[in-house]
Amino acid sequence: MAKTRVIEIEPITRVEGHGKVTIHLDDHNNVREARLHVVEFRGFERFICGRPYWEVPVIVQRLCGICPVSHHLAASKAMDMIVGAKKLTPTAEKMRRLMHYGQIMQSHVLHFFHLASPDLLFGFDSDPESRNVIGVIDKMPELAVQGVMMRKFGQEIIKATAGKKIHGTGAVPGGVNKNLSIAERDGFLRDIGKMKKWAHGALDIARKYSLDNLMAVQAFAVFNSSHLSLVREDGALDLYHGNLRALDAGGNIIFDQVDYRRFNDYLMEEVKPWSYMKFPFIKSRGHIDGWYRVGPLSRMNTIGFIDTPEAGKALAEFKNLTRGMPNHMSLAYHWARMIETLHCVEKIEELLNDPDLQGTDLMVKGERAGEGIGVIEAPRGTLFHHYKVDENDLVTFCNLIVSTTHNNEAMNRAVKKVAQDHISGKPKITEGMLNHVEVAVRAYDPCLSCATHAIGKMPLAIELYDADGNLIDRNSQYL
Amino acid sequence: MTLMAILSTGTANIFDLRSGTVLVIGYGNPGRMDDGLGPALSARLEACALKGVSVETDYQLVVEHAHEIAQHDHVVFADAAIKGEAPFSFTEITVPDHQPPFNSHSLSPEAGMFFARTMFGATTKGYMLGIRGYEFDGFDERLSERAKENLEAAFSFIVKLLGR
Repeated sequence: MAKTRVIEIEPITRVEGHGKVTIHLDDHNNVREARLHVVEFRGFERFICGRPYWEVPVIVQRLCGICPVSHHLAASKAMDMIVGAKKLTPTAEKMRRLMHYGQIMQSHVLHFFHLASPDLLFGFDSDPESRNVIGVIDKMPELAVQGVMMRKFGQEIIKATAGKKIHGTGAVPGGVNKNLSIAERDGFLRDIGKMKKWAHGALDIARKYSLDNLMAVQAFAVFNSSHLSLVREDGALDLYHGNLRALDAGGNIIFDQVDYRRFNDYLMEEVKPWSYMKFPFIKSRGHIDGWYRVGPLSRMNTIGFIDTPEAGKALAEFKNLTRGMPNHMSLAYHWARMIETLHCVEKIEELLNDPDLQGTDLMVKGERAGEGIGVIEAPRGTLFHHYKVDENDLVTFCNLIVSTTHNNEAMNRAVKKVAQDHISGKPKITEGMLNHVEVAVRAYDPCLSCATHAIGKMPLAIELYDADGNLIDRNSQYL
Repeated sequence: MTLMAILSTGTANIFDLRSGTVLVIGYGNPGRMDDGLGPALSARLEACALKGVSVETDYQLVVEHAHEIAQHDHVVFADAAIKGEAPFSFTEITVPDHQPPFNSHSLSPEAGMFFARTMFGATTKGYMLGIRGYEFDGFDERLSERAKENLEAAFSFIVKLLGR
C-alpha cells in the first residue's frame, strides 16, 4: 500500500481564529486530500441557556472580539420577536442600521488593508518577511494609514450607536436605548467625504487586481456552488434585514423571499468527525449537493441591485464580468467586499443626514412570544440566531449558525482545488505554494473564533511531515 | 508594588506622566473573568475624569490604536498579567527598531508603539501596567477576589502617578 505524506498548515495566518489545513500527498507528491480543520471546541450555545433573554444581546458579544456587533444585532432581532416588537420605530431601526454599516465597513476594511492586501499588492509568492501589513506600511504608507483611519471611523460609529466599544448595549429587545446626538452626527459628517474617497480607492485596487490578473483570478479556487443571502423584497442588497434567497450555480432560483423565521424548513446542519464546525446545507438538495456559499461574493450574486448610486455602478461592472451569471471566483470576494464597503459608507452618509436619528421614540413592545429568530448579513455572511425562552424569561434553547460555518464546505473545496493546482506533483513544497492555500482560505475572511465560539490566536506554524509521520520541517511566524 | 518600589527599579522618567497628555488603554475581555482587569481599570479611571488623561477600553490592542497613541505624549497600556509580579508591574516600553512579532487583531504594546512611530511619526513614551490576574478560563464577567485587590492597588498607583 502506498504511503501518504501529510503537510499541515497550522494555524493559518491572517484569518480570525485557530484552524489548520492538512494536505495529504501520495508517493508522487500528488494531492489526495486537503481539508480545513477547526481545532477549537464549540459550546457557546449551552452557555447562553439559563440566562434571562434581555441579557442575551450583550452576552453574545463575548462570542467574538472581531464582529461582536453582528451578534449583538442578530440577537436583538431575535429578542424583538420575544417581546412582540413586530416593527421598530424609525429611530430604532436606523440607529441599528447605522451601527451595522459601521461594523461591516470596519470589518471589511480591516480584512482588505491588513489581511488580504499584502497578497494582492506583493504577490502570493513574494518574500514572506514583507508580505504583511508592515510591508504595506513600508511601500504604501498612505494606504496603510487610510486603512487605520477607516477602521477607526467604523469603530467610532459603533461606539456612538452601541454606547461603547466593548459589550455595547445600544440595541435592546424592542428597539435601542439611545439616539445619535447632533454633535456625534456632525463629527462623522466632517469625515464622511474622506471615507468615501478612500473607499473608492480601495475598490479600485480590488477591481484592478481582478481585471489585471483575470486569467489567474478565473483559475484560482474557482468551483461552482449555490449562493445564499438575505435580499430586500425588491431584490436589493440589504445587510440588516430581508428575506432569504438561494441560487444554484447556474443562477436559477432554489428558493426566494423566504421569511427567515422559517429557515429550519430550508436549511439543515451536518456534523463531520474531523471538524468542530458544522456543515449546513439546503434541505431540498440534500447533504451532498446542498452546500452553498455566503458572504460578499454570494450577496453580489443573489441581489438584483444596490440602492446607493456609486456602489450600484460598481455592482453593474462586477456582474458584467460574468455576464450576469453567478461569479464563482474565490478571489472575487475581495472585489465584492470593497463594493460593500463603498455601499456602507454611502449608507452611513444617507443615515447621518436623516433627522430620524435624533428621534426620541426608541422602543416598542407587543405580545410576548416564546421563540425568537434573528437573521442578519454579517460581514462574512448570513448569521442566524435562534432562541426559545420560558415563562420565567430564561433561555431554554439556543442555536447559532454563524457566517463562517456556511462557507465550511466551500473553504474545503477551495483548499483542495488550490492544493491540487499548486502543490500536486511538485518535487519541493515552498512557502509560496503553501501561502496559495492560505490565500484561498483568506479570501473567505473566515472567523474561526466565531465559528467555533472560542477566542483564538493566530500564530503561524507550518509543519511538514514525511510519509512515516515524522516532522521534517517547521516554520513559524506571526501575522 | 509601591511608587517608591517602582522608582527603585529605575523605571525611567515616570514623573513625566504628571505633565503632558496621557492615554490609558485598558484592554482585555471582561467576559473572561480576570482578563477584564484592563477594562476594569479603564472604567475606574474614566470615572475620575482626570485632566489631560484620555481613557480607552478595548478587547485587544489593534492597529488603529496607533493613531490614538500618536496623539498623546504618554501612553499607559493596562492589561491583565497571567503570571508575574502581584499586585502589578509597571515598566517602560522600548519601541523596537524593527518589525515586532504581531498578529493583525491583537498587537503587543511594543507593536502598537512601533506602528504609531512608523505610520504617524509618534514620539510617544509608553508604559506597561500589568495587573496580576488568576482566573481566565470561565465565561463570567466577574473578577476573582485576588484580582479585585490587585486592581485596587494598581488604580491607586496610577492615580498617584498621574498626579492630577
